[in-house]
Amino acid sequence: MHPRLELRNICKRYPGVVANDDVSLAIQPGEIHAVLGENGAGKSTLMKIIYGAAQADSGEIFCDGNPVAAHNPATSRALGIEMVYQHFALFESVSVVENIALSASSAFHLPSLAEKIRELSLRYGMPIDPHRQVHDLSVGERQRVEIVRCLLRTPKLLILDEPTSVLTPQAVVKLFETLRQLAAEGCSIVYISHKLDEVQELCDTATVLRNGKVTGTARPKETTSLELARMMVGSKLPEMHVSPPVPSEKPVLEVTNLSVKARDHFGVDLKDVSFDVRGGEIVGLAGVSGNGQAELIALLSGERTHGRSDAIRISGTPAAGLRADERRKLGLAFVPEERLGRGAVPSHTLWENTVLTAHRSGTVRNGLVDRRKASAFAAGIIDRFKVKANGPASTAQSLSGGNLQKFIVGREIALQPKLLLVSQPTWGVDVGASAFIRQTIVDLSRAGAAVLVVSEELDELFEICDRLLVICQGRVSPPLVRKTTDREEVGLLMTGRTMSKDQMASGSGDVALQD
Amino acid sequence: MDLFIAIFTGTIIAATPLIFAALGELVVEKSGVLNLGIEGMMLMGAALAFWAVTAGYSMPAAILAGALAGAAASLLFGVLALTFLTNQYAAGLALAIFGSGVSAFLGRGFGSEPIEALHGVDFPVLSGLPLIGPLLFRFDPMVYLALAMFVAISWFLYRTKAGLVLRTIGESPQTSHAIGYPVIRIRYMAVLFGGAMAGLAGAYLSVAYTPLWVENMTAGKGWIALALVVFATWRPLRILLGAWLFGGMTILQLQGQALGLEVPSELLSALPYLATIIVLVLISRNRQMLALHFPASLAKPFRPAS
Ligand SMILES: Nc1ncnc2c1ncn2[C@@H]1O[C@H](COP(=O)(O)OP(=O)(O)OP(=O)(O)O)[C@@H](O)[C@H]1O
Ligand SMILES: [Mg+2]
Repeated sequence: MHPRLELRNICKRYPGVVANDDVSLAIQPGEIHAVLGENGAGKSTLMKIIYGAAQADSGEIFCDGNPVAAHNPATSRALGIEMVYQHFALFESVSVVENIALSASSAFHLPSLAEKIRELSLRYGMPIDPHRQVHDLSVGERQRVEIVRCLLRTPKLLILDEPTSVLTPQAVVKLFETLRQLAAEGCSIVYISHKLDEVQELCDTATVLRNGKVTGTARPKETTSLELARMMVGSKLPEMHVSPPVPSEKPVLEVTNLSVKARDHFGVDLKDVSFDVRGGEIVGLAGVSGNGQAELIALLSGERTHGRSDAIRISGTPAAGLRADERRKLGLAFVPEERLGRGAVPSHTLWENTVLTAHRSGTVRNGLVDRRKASAFAAGIIDRFKVKANGPASTAQSLSGGNLQKFIVGREIALQPKLLLVSQPTWGVDVGASAFIRQTIVDLSRAGAAVLVVSEELDELFEICDRLLVICQGRVSPPLVRKTTDREEVGLLMTGRTMSKDQMASGSGDVALQD
Repeated sequence: MDLFIAIFTGTIIAATPLIFAALGELVVEKSGVLNLGIEGMMLMGAALAFWAVTAGYSMPAAILAGALAGAAASLLFGVLALTFLTNQYAAGLALAIFGSGVSAFLGRGFGSEPIEALHGVDFPVLSGLPLIGPLLFRFDPMVYLALAMFVAISWFLYRTKAGLVLRTIGESPQTSHAIGYPVIRIRYMAVLFGGAMAGLAGAYLSVAYTPLWVENMTAGKGWIALALVVFATWRPLRILLGAWLFGGMTILQLQGQALGLEVPSELLSALPYLATIIVLVLISRNRQMLALHFPASLAKPFRPAS
């Protein structure tokens, strides 16, 4: 029997890098195959080559034993290959159901398709409202749409490029069930993830890439994650040091009784949100995406302003009415969750992208961009955060997902903000680099900055945060001290269940959370 | 009463070429391609249709010839802009100039005799009704065709899968390519369709509106059509309304000039342009709606990643 997919000697170079160097691998029908590797190892490039979205410079591809010559996404889909892109392939200006209809083979009847999406997405544990416009969706919700779109078809080979990077743990469990069932029906799956425990749980075999070359294969279920990590990184993982927090007297960020109506009927109203973040501590905001995080972040970052100016105070200054750039002058730095589009302009160079937020640090003088300074600034970030890029003049879109994330986080941290607001800080970043980013955030806070981290990943929040807030349906819980709470309590609050008084280890007053 | 009927029917007729050309351009722009060459394509259509009539072909054949001439001219633009990725502004301007030159060259042999214009239709019963008959049921077939095109294009864009594909290609050709749509081929079809519509618009001018050949007889209507698409914020219904408004103002200012109003005629002639732009700007102030209908990748060249 032929393998479902076979790659022989695939090579692909981009200016300045060899993304894939003589890669060969075979995937059998019904096999779940992991492709592992550091940021920039060439995983996404290889997937694009399989799918025909990029062409290999040399090498051969066989599908069910037949050679696949010069192909493109259309021919791949005709062969039964489907792909979930790392940076989603969705259209912003149309609704979810229209996006999905574009790649569905069924008759073009939106109402019945919408019904099907609603039902299937619930069954997969990834509820989505089919009538929302994609530009209103958070990245977590977009990821759900991408996955549901692929699952609606019956692929023979399914490529998932970091499908769980912004998915909730519950949704991951359901996704794995579905994937296992698909595999049992003979569908082959290529699975890319930086979360090694997921790979160990799900995948039958793994191919490890480093600098574009295959450096080994493994059976993840029989290998420890330490060994896997070593194959990827080639060295030992850095260890985290989290010293106890030294909160400042006065809060740096104060939010008091912030209530706001959602912009449209799909958004979530914020209801009487109050909390503070002090200098020297890291506060985490946990919650399933789509519970008001987007609204809260927009209000905190200044993308949206609020009529009552003292609802938000930064270092004591009423800031709710200030624009984003005015808040940056008060010492705010912000890492948005969407790295392409909001975090960076894809077609611009890295040094140009630093100018967007770093005008305070001397890159702009008298309204003119100091190109040399900006380049040096960008080069500094590339160096410090080990961003794999072809220098400050490479475009943002040419970076691998994790490397762009490192660059954007690095850019904001390099500003030495008084207040850092960061959303999904390690989205798509490999294990080594995540540890580094987390450590840098911890160091920043211990040096006196106030940090608010918004993430769906509880492990991450528990690793670095001193206090945790939980957001659910637009309400924010009283703070929980990390040392005295556990995942269970936070998980319960995330799903919106009210807790009995004695279970409430730390919060003061009553928890205003209901179903 | 007769004056009212004259103004009303005059408006509808004057709007017809604009409706054809602007709706065609709408389809092109919705696919993310900007073809500035409408004027040139209209002139080609006008010349070919006029020639076909003088050469003894039937009216429908002549109009078809106009459409084909427009499409052929647009193919030139397509090859430049879509295959060779030339700057779309430059390619479109080149087409506008090229079309006017070629049509003038062809037209040298046409003579200055008028031809017999396209007849109005005669609907049984309806055309004979008092008032309603002359107001609504005695136009030439092209007027009804333009309205039918409006309905068809609106339906196509917002109710069919092919229309959705076209609109999303206009938003992001990269994403369309990534999910398996042949972006370049679809854009070619849109460009050819737009060319054919511009050709129809030109044919209407030379065989129905003013049935004679004059060099550069479109007199800037191609540019108006282009502006209509933008000011109508890429929405079919607004294009229709804008075209009627423009047609109405044209007729009114002609009437005004005929009545010898004490207003400089230059000012009167500028009136249709001003009024159309002001009204369309006023109704399209909502930024969010604008962003929703604007083809985000308009005029950006696309080449599938290698
Ligand atoms: N379009 C492009 N132009 C130039 N270089 C590119 C392009 N696409 C990818 N690269 C480079 O190729 C290398 C491999 O990138 P790729 O996206 O495949 O990495 P990856 O393994 O998916 O990483 P990550 O885990 O961060 O997503 C990187 O060094 C990247 O900068
Ligand atoms: Mg990648």
